[in-house]
Formats: sequence, structure tokens, C-alpha cells
Amino acid sequence: MIQTLAFYLFAFLVVASGVFTIMARNPVHSVLWLILAFFNAAGLMVIVGAEFIAALLVIVYVGAVAVLFLFVVMMLDIDFAELRAGFVKNFPLGIAIALVLLAELVLGIGAYRAGAIKLGVPDGSAAPMMDRSNIESLGAVLYGEYLFLFETAGLILLVAMVGAIVLTHREQPQGARGHQNIAKQNRRRPHEATEMKRPDVGKGVEL
Amino acid sequence: MTAFFQSLGMTYEWAWFVATLAGVLLIALPLMLAVAMIIYADRKIWAAMALRRGPNVVGPFGLLQSFADGLKVFLQETIIPSAANKGLFLIGPIVTFTVALLAWAVIPFGPEAVLSDINIGLLYVLAISSLGVYGVVVAGWASNSKYPFFSAMRAAAQMISYEVSIGFILICVVLWAGTFNLNDIIEAQHGHGFGLVNGFFFNLLLFPMWVMFLISSLAETARAPFDLTEAESELVAGYQTEYSSMSFALFWLGEYANVLLMCALNAILFFGGWLPPLNVDLIPWFNIPGWIWLFGKIFLFFFIFSWVKATVPRFRYDQLMRLGWKVFLPLSLLFVVLVSGWLMFTRYGVAA
Repeated sequence: MIQTLAFYLFAFLVVASGVFTIMARNPVHSVLWLILAFFNAAGLMVIVGAEFIAALLVIVYVGAVAVLFLFVVMMLDIDFAELRAGFVKNFPLGIAIALVLLAELVLGIGAYRAGAIKLGVPDGSAAPMMDRSNIESLGAVLYGEYLFLFETAGLILLVAMVGAIVLTHREQPQGARGHQNIAKQNRRRPHEATEMKRPDVGKGVEL
Repeated sequence: MTAFFQSLGMTYEWAWFVATLAGVLLIALPLMLAVAMIIYADRKIWAAMALRRGPNVVGPFGLLQSFADGLKVFLQETIIPSAANKGLFLIGPIVTFTVALLAWAVIPFGPEAVLSDINIGLLYVLAISSLGVYGVVVAGWASNSKYPFFSAMRAAAQMISYEVSIGFILICVVLWAGTFNLNDIIEAQHGHGFGLVNGFFFNLLLFPMWVMFLISSLAETARAPFDLTEAESELVAGYQTEYSSMSFALFWLGEYANVLLMCALNAILFFGGWLPPLNVDLIPWFNIPGWIWLFGKIFLFFFIFSWVKATVPRFRYDQLMRLGWKVFLPLSLLFVVLVSGWLMFTRYGVAA
């Protein structure tokens, strides 16, 4: 009973916030609806018993990726009139994409109605492991069966990260304005920065 | 607690519902009281270090000061700036406050005293604490004013930066304990140091992690010396500038609840949570209920937080980013490698 209720609640909220993501006029509202969609998707994961994936979804997507989205979108200066002018120009392309998606959806539902695909006889290795937590089973799969694919994915991400750093990194020459030598700043002591003067009465200080 | 309500003649479903509701109230209400008292303690400690008296007028020793402040903001008018994005402006403080309460659901106050004893307790805490930034960012943006906006930008960047190293530090603890469940992590610390000391801090590989975790939790909760999101000399009051009345109070309650949560995490992950500090029965240590030990440890860490606030000058923003990305991130990564290598060597065997 409560599972059904929770499922329909989360499912409805995912779909509704997905719709609002593309309907919202303000891009910041769009991102916030998207975040709500992520959050409810995590709720759906919890219902199917994949609490580890739910936690990762919240940590990675809601906690990091969407914050960066929001960060960028908040700083955009958007001209709404220009956006609406582009709408007419891009309308045919949008309709084409919508038609392709609709065709795929119809095909998909048709294939689903046609019954299960028989590609082979199950050998029992894919049977659910009821006695293990899903952290353990995920770990066994990722670091056992798919170890090399997993490590390749890690390597690709590393290359992407290095690429992003190389693209944005600008070497500042020594002594340039804005260049900071942290070690030098930390080494500085009060007697190097300030000087005590004891002027006599009636005489000024020579600076 | 479900069994108790069942013995009163309820069906299992109703007993579970009432028990959970009672558990939520049992955590949330004392937490609010604790926040009020901890604000008072913060001001008293801060005042003592500045050779002042601190709050001493309302109630005996000024104990009721926080309640007087609460009553004052409650009676104030809620002002919504006309240029603000009204809906989000009101949602901001609510998100901050709610998220600060949510994480307490998995904090164990004793071997049995935990609202929801889930397998992924630590991941849940990490997930919830990564949501905290939204309240600040939404508030800063919706205020439609430049200082709150700057503050929101700073908060977003700061919290993301320090969450990365916090994540790696937690991985070290999880590797050593072999579980994400907070109660099991505490149990794993039982007699960790030569069978005498309860706590992961008594471990050459994990002690540096604790120091980094303490500093990162200061940055994560935007406490001094990392309180750049509300640096009054630069940003008026940061993201709270446009807020008044209860919405302002919600920010404060949420902020201090977060500080208490971070203190509790310090105690649970590195100092044995509800276990007594030493594993020796000189006096009947283990007969003292666990929550007393936990509260004592939380207060100890809060004292450190206040101490730092009273004595350390504020960081510059580039220094904050440098510490997070260039010092803590590589160091915590190195320690993940060291800890997992050590565990492979000693616990699982090199060939495994």
C-alpha cells in the first residue's frame, strides 16, 4: 500500500517537474525543477531497493552537478525577446526532433507489447543476490567483472579533467600584477611590513 | 519503540507510524532547544575570550537570552523586497532549516537509540549535507540584490570545494570500519587504540584525517575563519541581508543545527560517538548512558569551533580555495591510498 502510494507520488513528481523544467520561463526556475526531478528519481531508486544508487544520485547530481548548473545559469544575462524571436526560426527543427522521439516511443511500446526477447537461456548468474547489500554487489560487479571498463572510464575522465585544466590554465609570469607567492606571503613578519617611528614633539615624520 | 506502542493495543502499522513520529519529535525538539542553548554558549565563550561578560541580563546568567531573541524576531514584520523573486525568496530559508534537521535521522545517540539505522548512513549524511548549499544559493539569487548574490556565489563554490575532501576523508574512515552504517562505525572504534582508547583518532593514519575533517567542517558550515559568505566587512550580512523576522531566524537555526551536526560527526567518526573515551572500567564508564558521552563530545567540539571563531582572523577567498583544492584534496587522496594500502597489507593480505 505505502509502496504504491510512494511510487505514484515520486513518479508523478518526476514527470511533473520534468514538464516544468521545459515550461518554466526563467532558466533558474528550470534548473530548480530539474533538481526536484533528480531528487524524486532518487526516491524511486530507494523504492526498488537500490539505496546506494539513490545516495549517489543525490550526492553527484543534486549535490555537485546541479549546483554548478545553477551557478552558471544564475550568472546568465538572458534577453527573453531574443529567445522568443529564435523560437520561430528553430520551430521546424524542434518539430522534427519531436517526431523522431514520438516514433521511437511508439516503436518501443510496440516492441514491449510483442513480448520478451529471447536471446539465450539464462544460466542463473544474473539471479538477484538477496543476502548481499547493494554496495557489495555493485562493488563485486564494478571491480570484478567490469574492472577494465571501469578503469578505462576513470582514465577517460582523468584525460577530460587534464584537458579542461590545460584549456583554462594561464601561466602568470613572476612579478606580474595579481601574481601571488603564497610562501613569501606566509614568511612575512611584522617588522618587515611596519616600521615604528618616534618623532620628537613638534617635528613631523619623514616618509 | 514500535513494540511499546504495539503493547498498547495498536496494529503494527499504526504503532510504527506513531513510534516514528515520536522519534522525530524526540530528536527535533531537543535539537531546537540545543540550538538555542548552543547560541548562548557560543556568545558566552566568545565573550570570555574577549574579556567581556556576554549575555547576562535575561534570566539567570542570561540563560534565556536566545529565547528572548527568538521571541523578538517572531514578533517582527516579515519584509519581502518588491524586486525579489517571492516564491524562491521564501523557500530559501525553509530549505536551509529542513535540510539541517534531515541529517539527524541517522545520527546514533546510543546502541539502540537511532531513528533510522540504515546501511548507507554515512552516504545519507553526505547527500543531505550537500543539499545545504541550495538554501543559501536560492536565497542569494532570489533576493535580487548584489551582496546576497556575491555571497551565494561564494557559498556554492566553497561548499562544493570542501565536500570533495570531506568525501575522501569519510572514505578513509569507511575503509577502516568496513561499513557505511554509523552504529557499526562506532562499534569498530571499540578499543581501537591498544584496546584502551575508543576512537579512530588514536591511529597514526587517521589522526591527520581528523584534523583535516575538523577544518573542513568549519569551512562546510561557513564558520569563522571561513565565514566568507557572510563577511560583514565586505558583504553586509551576505545571503541574509534582505531577510527579516522568522525567515532570518530559520537561517540561524539551520546554521547552528548544521554546526552541531558537524560536531556530532567529528565525535562519531573519530572519537567513538556514544562510547566512553577509554575502554577501562575504573569507574562504571559503560553504565553511563551513551547519549551523555555523545553530548559531552559534541560540546567539546563546539567549544573548539567557538575557540577558533574567537581567535582566528578570517581567510581571504583565494586562500580558502587554495587550502581546499591544493592542500586538502591531494592530502586526502594520498591518505586514501595509504589507508587502503595499509589495510590490504595487514587485513586482506597482499595477494588478495
